[in-house]
Amino acid sequence: MKIWKKNLTGFALGAGLALGATASQAVEIEYWQYFFEARVNAMDTLIEMFEAENPDITVKQTTFPYADYRTKVAAAIPAGEGPDVVQLFYGWLNDYVEAELITPLPLDVFPLEQIRAEFFPMVQAMEKDGQYMALPTAVRSLALFYNTRLFEEAGIDGPPTTLDELVEIATALTKTDASGNITQVGIATGMNAQDHHWWREVLVRQMGGEPYTGDYQTVTYNNDAGVAALQFYADLQMTHGATLAGFMDEPQAAFKAGRAGMLIDGSFRIGALDKTRGLEWAVTELPAGPDGMRSNYSSYWVNAITTKAEGEKAEAAALFLAFITTDAAMQIWLDTVGELPAKPSAALTEQNSNDPVFGPFIRGLAYAHTTTFVNESAQRQVLMDAMQRMLLEDQSATDSMAVAADAEQAILDDYYD
Amino acid sequence: MNFYRNLSIKQKQVVWAWSFLAIPVLFYTVIRFYPTFGAVVLSFQEWNLLSDKSWVGLENYQKLFSDPVFWKVFKNTFVYLLIGTPLSLVISFAIAYHLDKVTFMHATIRALYFLPFMTSAVAMAWLWRWFYQPVPIGLFNNILASIGIPQLPFLNSTFSALPSILAPAVWAGLGFQIIIFMAGLRSIPTSYYEAAEIDGVGSWTVLREITIPLLKPTIVFLVVFSSIGFLRIFDQVFNMTTNDPGGPLNSTKPLVLMIYDTAFNAFDMGYAAAQTVVLFTILLIVSLVQLFIMRERKYD
Repeated sequence: MKIWKKNLTGFALGAGLALGATASQAVEIEYWQYFFEARVNAMDTLIEMFEAENPDITVKQTTFPYADYRTKVAAAIPAGEGPDVVQLFYGWLNDYVEAELITPLPLDVFPLEQIRAEFFPMVQAMEKDGQYMALPTAVRSLALFYNTRLFEEAGIDGPPTTLDELVEIATALTKTDASGNITQVGIATGMNAQDHHWWREVLVRQMGGEPYTGDYQTVTYNNDAGVAALQFYADLQMTHGATLAGFMDEPQAAFKAGRAGMLIDGSFRIGALDKTRGLEWAVTELPAGPDGMRSNYSSYWVNAITTKAEGEKAEAAALFLAFITTDAAMQIWLDTVGELPAKPSAALTEQNSNDPVFGPFIRGLAYAHTTTFVNESAQRQVLMDAMQRMLLEDQSATDSMAVAADAEQAILDDYYD
Repeated sequence: MNFYRNLSIKQKQVVWAWSFLAIPVLFYTVIRFYPTFGAVVLSFQEWNLLSDKSWVGLENYQKLFSDPVFWKVFKNTFVYLLIGTPLSLVISFAIAYHLDKVTFMHATIRALYFLPFMTSAVAMAWLWRWFYQPVPIGLFNNILASIGIPQLPFLNSTFSALPSILAPAVWAGLGFQIIIFMAGLRSIPTSYYEAAEIDGVGSWTVLREITIPLLKPTIVFLVVFSSIGFLRIFDQVFNMTTNDPGGPLNSTKPLVLMIYDTAFNAFDMGYAAAQTVVLFTILLIVSLVQLFIMRERKYD
């Protein structure tokens, strides 16, 4: 009886306090991202800092394996079971906006002009009808990794800065056995890895073309520039013999094993290469085109507020999103995960842009493009097939390019109609 | 309760039978039939998981039948079936037939044949994928290169990729088929063989006139079972071609992989459901045709 009374008084007291403090009622919001240890740790740190600043808000982080993440999110959010703040790949956002599962970021916390000015230009893809739908903490870009030990061994002073030098160095670094089988490639390639991005947003532009119209709804590479870009890429293997499709299964595996002189890959590869014992490597910017033009591809994951968050949860979610897109949060993300800050103010600090590893990626952001995919794996497949037709069926670059352009346009039309 | 008491014993038995049957019936209805029905309905709709479903009539089927990739995949699926099933049955029968006569370390040898069947298809696919790699890592090509023979492309060729994937799939299924065949062989009464011996019949005639006709139920079972397996092939293809799923140039893509790709890469659930309905129909027709053909012969 006594205990019961005590509990009741305690409860009444608690309720009274809670009622008296409506302004600072505790709010819990849920945050979802896929599981990658460094990302989870970085987010834990950010949540801790955020909760210290906002004692009345708690953030619960939930993660899923990468392989299931897209399906889980797509199943949970429409069912109203999902998170308040969710991390989505930029390419998925369109579908979520159209299905009205994402709330546009409130303009009082995220003023349009300020966001436009503060983030790297490619983030403008997140703007719809005068409002931002989502914002990234970090972005990724491509760069050229090279094996310094193999460079030294072959007597090459430094990494290539132009495409011509790339071909020359890659050829010099290739090794074959007595019967002509390649045992070390100058550059590890594969359209299935990052090369399709390199081809689309970098090589096509460097050959004087544009891969798509500005809205990314129409393919515009079926011309001399596209053919030249495809021919250049195929020639690395077919003419110069400086690479081999499928060599050691995957390009990054060949590079990790020290059997490839160079590799074009994303900033997300840094962590894995860092852990590889005995591998000595460095990074440089992607080689410039014939007229000195540079380009890059950037992709990113964005944080968005779902329509599930309403009222004070929506307010808390906006505050949280604002917090994880500050310069300080971006620096923590860079230091913990190795992904690049999404704002020039955070990325282009003297320390970051002069960093021997992050520097080339960060400098690449200044001239990077972001492809708006409707189905990345299908669009990637189009370019993989274009290469295979040339390698396995002796098709000319001109014919292969025409087939690829039609196939990709069909994918785009199917989506936008 | 009064109602139950007034029932006859026969009726009570029926009540009891159905109350026990209710559990599997309910289970199958909820777990099997309802989703199957749902998939058929979905095949007439368009749905990306996020937006509301919308009716599109036969559009998904029209799209499917006018898609050249579908016909390529359709052909691949039947190549897996038409090579895989007879090949695996002939090999497993030959092994079972001879193994049946071996007494030395019989159980050990049988266990060795059964081992691959117990191995995870994923692990096996990755191992074979490594076997097939070009120099310097691939096992087969390293052997070829070391004796001065040019490398074979294996998975990197539109001609040899499908057989290269089929080989481990056939091998993995052998153990199971051998065991079933041996059980079938053991169930043939020895008196037939004794009679044949007394009549002085050759071993070829014994095989053709006694063993194979009496194995018919076993063969029917294995043909249907292995056909369904090859028509649904996925694990081996998916894991051996993750760099270019179903490639190169769709030369190895089976129907199930196309369904997976449509559903979980393109998120085009209606279209994927239409493909599933087509696969289901194919499986049903093939199974029924096989049962029908085999049954005719049983009454010879």
